[in-house]
Amino acid sequence: MRGAPGRLGRTVFGALLMAVIGPPATAQENTFHGFVQANYSVRVSETQPTDPPGDFLLGDQRLELELARAAESGRVRAFAKADFVHDAVEGAARIDVREAFLTLTSTRVDLRLGRQVITWGVGDLVFINDVFPKDWTALIAGQPLQYLKLGSDAANLNLYLGPVSAQVVAVPFFQSDVLPDGTRLIGFTPFPGRSTRDVQPDQRIGNTEVALRLSGRVGRFDTAAYAFRGFWGSPPGVELDGEDAVRFYPRLAVYGASAQGAFAQGILSLETGFYDSRDDPDGRNPAIENSQLRALVGYQRALGGNLTVGAQYYAERMVEYDRYRLTTPPSFPVRLQTRHNVTARITRLFNYQSSQVSVFVWASPNDEDYYLNPEVRHSLSDEVWVAAGANVFGGSQRHTFFGQFDRNDNVYGTLRYSF
Amino acid sequence: MKMKTARSVAGLLGLLVAMSAHTPAQEVRADQIMARSQEAFLAAGQDMVARITMRLVNKAGRERLRELTMLRKDLENGNQKYFMYFHQPADVRAMTFMVWTYPGRDDDRWLFVPAIKLVRRIAADDSRSSFVGSDFTYEDVSGRDIELDTHTLLREETLGGTNCYVIQSVPAGGAASEFGRKRSWVAKDTWLPLKEEYDDRRGELARVFTADEVQTIGGHPTVMRRTMRDVKREHRTEVVFESVRYDVGLADELFAERYLREPPAEWIR
Repeated sequence: MRGAPGRLGRTVFGALLMAVIGPPATAQENTFHGFVQANYSVRVSETQPTDPPGDFLLGDQRLELELARAAESGRVRAFAKADFVHDAVEGAARIDVREAFLTLTSTRVDLRLGRQVITWGVGDLVFINDVFPKDWTALIAGQPLQYLKLGSDAANLNLYLGPVSAQVVAVPFFQSDVLPDGTRLIGFTPFPGRSTRDVQPDQRIGNTEVALRLSGRVGRFDTAAYAFRGFWGSPPGVELDGEDAVRFYPRLAVYGASAQGAFAQGILSLETGFYDSRDDPDGRNPAIENSQLRALVGYQRALGGNLTVGAQYYAERMVEYDRYRLTTPPSFPVRLQTRHNVTARITRLFNYQSSQVSVFVWASPNDEDYYLNPEVRHSLSDEVWVAAGANVFGGSQRHTFFGQFDRNDNVYGTLRYSF
Repeated sequence: MKMKTARSVAGLLGLLVAMSAHTPAQEVRADQIMARSQEAFLAAGQDMVARITMRLVNKAGRERLRELTMLRKDLENGNQKYFMYFHQPADVRAMTFMVWTYPGRDDDRWLFVPAIKLVRRIAADDSRSSFVGSDFTYEDVSGRDIELDTHTLLREETLGGTNCYVIQSVPAGGAASEFGRKRSWVAKDTWLPLKEEYDDRRGELARVFTADEVQTIGGHPTVMRRTMRDVKREHRTEVVFESVRYDVGLADELFAERYLREPPAEWIR
């Protein structure tokens, strides 16, 4: 007797599961891959006596393992990617779970649960509606681009409704961006010499970040509208609490849109967003970032077979600038109301695309700072590639977006064997 | 990757009507042969699925491999949609690439980079640029507009026991091309190109294409093994098609962002 309800329960559950996930598809391959990588970078700029000691920004040696499995005839998929890292600069080892998620698929719905990387928007290293966590120290120190994006511990629901797709992401566990904290990489701090505490939002259900994306084609353009309610991932708010500087993450909402498509023999990218700084709507609190308008125009084009060029204009404008000016303490540097940015990228492939030379530059003409990243990359074989490059930062002032990183100029090298 | 007018019957008829008034019959016939050949070579069936291995071999004999699954669907008006999933090599594994081609205008192309889960539009390369580092150009992979060249029937001869038309194609007017002149051996029975010789702009032989093995699959004669040889650089690309299936009923919605991010398990193996 005891068995019957159990069986019935399983049958009903099975039927429900089938109703949710639909008829079985053909199984996908189960795969096991990864790489071994050595990645070093060394500071080449002058430092000051107060700066952290040491020339090495990266002494990174790692094994990445990636496992993909399909169950229930391909309707349920599991994916996990973990890096086993030895950091020679710290002299310490760690395991970094980059991604670990399950995907349930049916005819019109995909649900993905777990740690996952999500990338939104159309900018080249310019993020407006991509509110998901980023590790800026990886970029600054010379790690491969994939390490800029961090996984979100999230539920990610996708609905495919013919011409329109909807995506809802819920992130109950807040992850801030990773920024230079003065231990290895040098960045601007408004309170030099004080120890800094980090205060994350409480892990309460009510603090779950929610991001929404609606997308579809309009003519030959891929378009999307975005909305987000959560917290500033960066920059954090900073205030004094007794002797300590406290870094905290104020509430934020973002509303935006993007479009990308073929235009004048190239690709035109447009993106805009309104950053609503919900804990400081009037712009009166100098510890919290002002509300902002952000806008991007980009254009990319292939010139001849192996040469691609791209350029972007990006502006960030404070909404309550008069109040910002009134409330900024005299000891703080005053920022511009609108920061103008231009970027350019040139990529050239050689020798049957086995070698690549690229230069990326990002400069602000009115904030007077820049970032320059030249890189060469060569595939020794299908399994092994080597890359070398430099990250160069500069500016006329020490508090601007790139000017603050001036003393982190570095050259880096990466060697990777994939399997 | 421009589309062939040939795929649109209406376009072909229009071309014939327009040209028959002013051009010698032989040229019209050469156009017809080239259009029919392109149809047989690049647009057979309503759709196609294939596993493709490309072996890139340099002068020293060193090899690199590219392995992908390709889905192709032909639409009305001569439009085509391609979906490619890369199995190898490791640094492009799980990348997906989607192309929508249109007659007479630039493609739309999308690339998905799995390491950062990024779908982005990419500029339609110059169609003469190398496809994934091979000796084939994008144009070789999806076809060159027939009307960009002036085609002339040079002669008829047998090649490896097959009766062929030998057709010379010269870029018309100022049409952009990587070749100065091309000769094609088109099989009279299957309409497939069995050999192509590309001369550069100085008139010297630069590249040679050969169809090394033809099989009939689902009623469609199919080039299962082919080679493109760069004569000057002594580099070649050998391509093997496997598990070729035609008319499997690929849904139009497969060619969308969703499947760039989550490749369709049913077709990608």
